[in-house]
Amino acid sequence: MSDMGLPASVEAIRRVREDPHRLGYRAHGAGEDVEGTGHGTSGPATKRIIVGYGFWIFLLSDIVMFSCFFAAFAVQRGATAGGPSIAQIVDVRRVAFETAALLLSSYTCMLSFAATNKRNLLWTQIFLFVTGLLGLIFVLLELQEFIELAGKGITPQRSGMLTSFFGLVGLHGLHVTLGGVWLATMMAQIQIKGFRREIVHRLICFNLFWHALDIVWIGIFTIVYLMGSGA
Amino acid sequence: MSDIKFDPEHPSGTLDHREDHAPGDEPLEDSGYWVYNANLGLGFSIVLTAAAFFLAGSHIIYGPSIPVALIVLAIAQMGVHLVFFLHITTGPDNTNNVLALAFGVLVVFLIGAGSIWIMDHLNQNMMPMEQMMQMQR
Repeated sequence: MSDMGLPASVEAIRRVREDPHRLGYRAHGAGEDVEGTGHGTSGPATKRIIVGYGFWIFLLSDIVMFSCFFAAFAVQRGATAGGPSIAQIVDVRRVAFETAALLLSSYTCMLSFAATNKRNLLWTQIFLFVTGLLGLIFVLLELQEFIELAGKGITPQRSGMLTSFFGLVGLHGLHVTLGGVWLATMMAQIQIKGFRREIVHRLICFNLFWHALDIVWIGIFTIVYLMGSGA
Repeated sequence: MSDIKFDPEHPSGTLDHREDHAPGDEPLEDSGYWVYNANLGLGFSIVLTAAAFFLAGSHIIYGPSIPVALIVLAIAQMGVHLVFFLHITTGPDNTNNVLALAFGVLVVFLIGAGSIWIMDHLNQNMMPMEQMMQMQR
């Protein structure tokens, strides 16, 4: 990595400061583009960019996989084969708690990244720990739901609707569980290796992963639970 | 790969700010900016989620329109997450991220809407169950 500064990107930072979310306090697009960014003239992107972008592509493919499960559920929604309907198995109260846990964990995850940017080890660890704890609460609530349903004889093999229901919700739960394992690994890595470049890159990826899981959960609690409870 | 080992020229205390944006990332900013961002995102999310859960269990709006309202709220909340948590913006330094997202959304739409459309047609063209049973006799 050469040390050649690109004054154009200083301009980019100024624009981000003025209007962080590009909500239109200034007309972006008006005036000339920031030279070097997004036009291939600034040389190869840094590893930080490439890692983040590659992981973004992976997340999108993951979301495409989830969309297949969503489509299966949408198609099989009425296929109860004389068994319980979706409205009968939904417990909106528990889903509200699950949603709150996951949303708050997304928030603390971002706070941990704010601490990472400050290179504050203690607060990074604290917020990562809280994130993991909230994730654990989420997984336990979901497990409780599945066990409760199984106790009533409501299992995936009962009907097409239940197969797709357990498939979709279970796949998301599996993602959260594996994300928790990743989170624990990251906590150990920061503790031992410190904020090295590649560790920070991994933290960026973990953040993206955790927020993407929350986005998928928005789809699940809306389409499966809330729309199911009314049906 | 000088990136792999610790590089004293680039102490980890400084972020590289001479670069495009990765999703979920912003150039050098103080943590106050991040916390502000997270607070905004959390605030919007809580409002939208609470609205969704409230509407689902109420009769305040016309019944058949509730699913539509829920979907609109969900899409709005996904947008909030993308902007405030994943930092996907429309800036020139974010073009690649937005294009990838647009393609992803296209595929998701094709899979979802396509499956529902095709399977609904098949379902309508299928012989009613009683007739099928009679033919098997």
